[in-house]
Amino acid sequence: MNRSSRFVFSALCFGFAFLYLPILVLILFSFNDSSLATVWGGFSLRWYSALLNNEQIIDAALLSLKIAAVSATFATILGTMAGLALTQMGRYRGRLIFTGLIAAPLVMPEVITGLSLLLMFVSLQELIGWPVSRGASTITIAHITFSMAYVAVIVQSRLGSMDQSMEEAAMDLGGRPMQVAFDITLPLIAPSMLSGWLLAFTLSLDDLVIASFTSGAGASTLPMVIFSKIKLGVTPDINALATLIIGTVSIGILLASWVIFKQNKRHKEG
Amino acid sequence: MINKNISQAKQPASPYVAETPWLDPKAKPFIQIKGLSKQFDDFTAVNNISLDIYKGELFTILGGSGCGKSTLLRMLAGFEMPSAGQIIIDDVDMSGVPAYDRPINMMFQSYAVFPHMTVAQNVAYGLKKERVAKLEITRRVSEMLELVQLSDLAKRKPQQLSGGERQRVALARALIKQPKVLLLDEPLAALDKKLREQTQFELMNLQYQLGITFVVVTHDQEEAMTLSTRVAVMDQGQFVQTGTPTQVYESPKNRFVADFFGTINLFDATVISCQPNEGTASYDIKAKLDKTGTMVKAVGESLLSPASTITIGVRPEKIGISHERPEGDNLTIAKGVVEDLAYYGNRSIYRVRSESGRVIQVSAQNYQRSEQLSLEWDDQVYLSWDSSCNVVLTE
Repeated sequence: MNRSSRFVFSALCFGFAFLYLPILVLILFSFNDSSLATVWGGFSLRWYSALLNNEQIIDAALLSLKIAAVSATFATILGTMAGLALTQMGRYRGRLIFTGLIAAPLVMPEVITGLSLLLMFVSLQELIGWPVSRGASTITIAHITFSMAYVAVIVQSRLGSMDQSMEEAAMDLGGRPMQVAFDITLPLIAPSMLSGWLLAFTLSLDDLVIASFTSGAGASTLPMVIFSKIKLGVTPDINALATLIIGTVSIGILLASWVIFKQNKRHKEG
Repeated sequence: MINKNISQAKQPASPYVAETPWLDPKAKPFIQIKGLSKQFDDFTAVNNISLDIYKGELFTILGGSGCGKSTLLRMLAGFEMPSAGQIIIDDVDMSGVPAYDRPINMMFQSYAVFPHMTVAQNVAYGLKKERVAKLEITRRVSEMLELVQLSDLAKRKPQQLSGGERQRVALARALIKQPKVLLLDEPLAALDKKLREQTQFELMNLQYQLGITFVVVTHDQEEAMTLSTRVAVMDQGQFVQTGTPTQVYESPKNRFVADFFGTINLFDATVISCQPNEGTASYDIKAKLDKTGTMVKAVGESLLSPASTITIGVRPEKIGISHERPEGDNLTIAKGVVEDLAYYGNRSIYRVRSESGRVIQVSAQNYQRSEQLSLEWDDQVYLSWDSSCNVVLTE
């Protein structure tokens, strides 16, 4: 190994250590037997079993998963429709503005998104009496709102790189517009819809800020519970919980990138 | 790919083709295009085109990029609605008939083979949409795959096919619906040279066997020349000239066509005299080339007044090139120096600078087998051509 490659190698190690050491420490301490969060007292799984008996956390986790699944599904449906409208309907007045608007939530600070949604829910309640109270349903709506933008962007980029004459060919061969959509368009964009769904699911599971704004009494998602617990001091069962979340999120991200990779490869070959 | 050779296919047994239906005033056109226009915002892509295409023709629309040929094709297919005018196919007005209901199929330039379906599924798609019975679909698909020699690849996905194979999938997929008209958008553009020559003949054979009317759009004049029964040269949304490939090549209507359809040497000239040729409808023209003062004779289609300016065109392959001054009546002769030459094996192309200083391009067959070039750079040569080869261009 010559000098410059040794330098590159150590830079690489340092960079990765900087990124992943905190997480590794956290995972390590989740297997700590001691009840002090920062002192090593031998290997144990006691915090995992303590976690399983903690109903507050289990409920919050289930609520989070439910919200994530529902919001990801709706976001995928709406986002796909938006992507289709932006690429398939030809040139119409204001298309560029819509394209810009759909991407705006991606760069909007979460605090602002959360606050504006809260204000909307409150004024809706005053005007039409719905939503009666804030809770799981308002969080779900809020999550659909911001993750839909991600799905739309992913689907839109796939549609943009797709050969438009594919759909024309299907129509030329006798496919009516709806048949063409189901025979050709949907199968071709299905991988990007799946990766959009996975991304939306992960984003929803991860979100603290917007959920805090739009939640009400009694409906706390997992990140909200963790955050409130931290304020009372770090207990080791939070480490165990964090390890589980890291595992889930990593699997989600790996799946999404695998799908995108496969899709790119096929696209390149095709 | 087609299991019939050319000599068989060329037998006059085919019920579809009268040799030249466009010359027969009683022949009924199969596709009638009447005053067709297409306007995009303030850009006119197709400008008031009228055209008759007859059954069994292989009609080519030739033009550079942006001339409107693709828009015309897309209007025939039904992907674009005309701003004005009418398309009638086999006595049925196509206005308001959507693409999926037209008796027309198209082979796309990108082939547009569906990547998530196998070869057989691709070919079957059109029949499925027609709700043809399953057994019949299977039978017709295997027949069609046989015809384009893809039977072995029926279960493959498009990603596993070569460009030429994908083209045959696209062709089979369009032909299986037995359309009245097949549209081909730059059918050979994506193929390499050898494959292109082979495919050209296969397309012609297939067209002859099936008797389907083909309308081809291309920017490649060689493709147009070899494939077509007739060619329409298109520019700025209009047809400049329509005719058989030989008509368009040998008697181009104006400078644009002469230059676009093949290579031509153009000389500015002034008419000296113009007399009717007895017994024919043409005129004998005597003219003087402006640069050299050489007198040339030519035959024109219209009466020209003396002193009017014209252009004389000569195709490179009509010009003879030799070291000795050739003898003969009716010859136009120029002296020059070989400035550049390109050896193609079967022929050579010479660029000769004449005494007047302009470059004349000559294309000559290499008749003799010799490893020595008979003409070299900087050789003094004589160029000569028969005056019947002079093309008179007035526009």
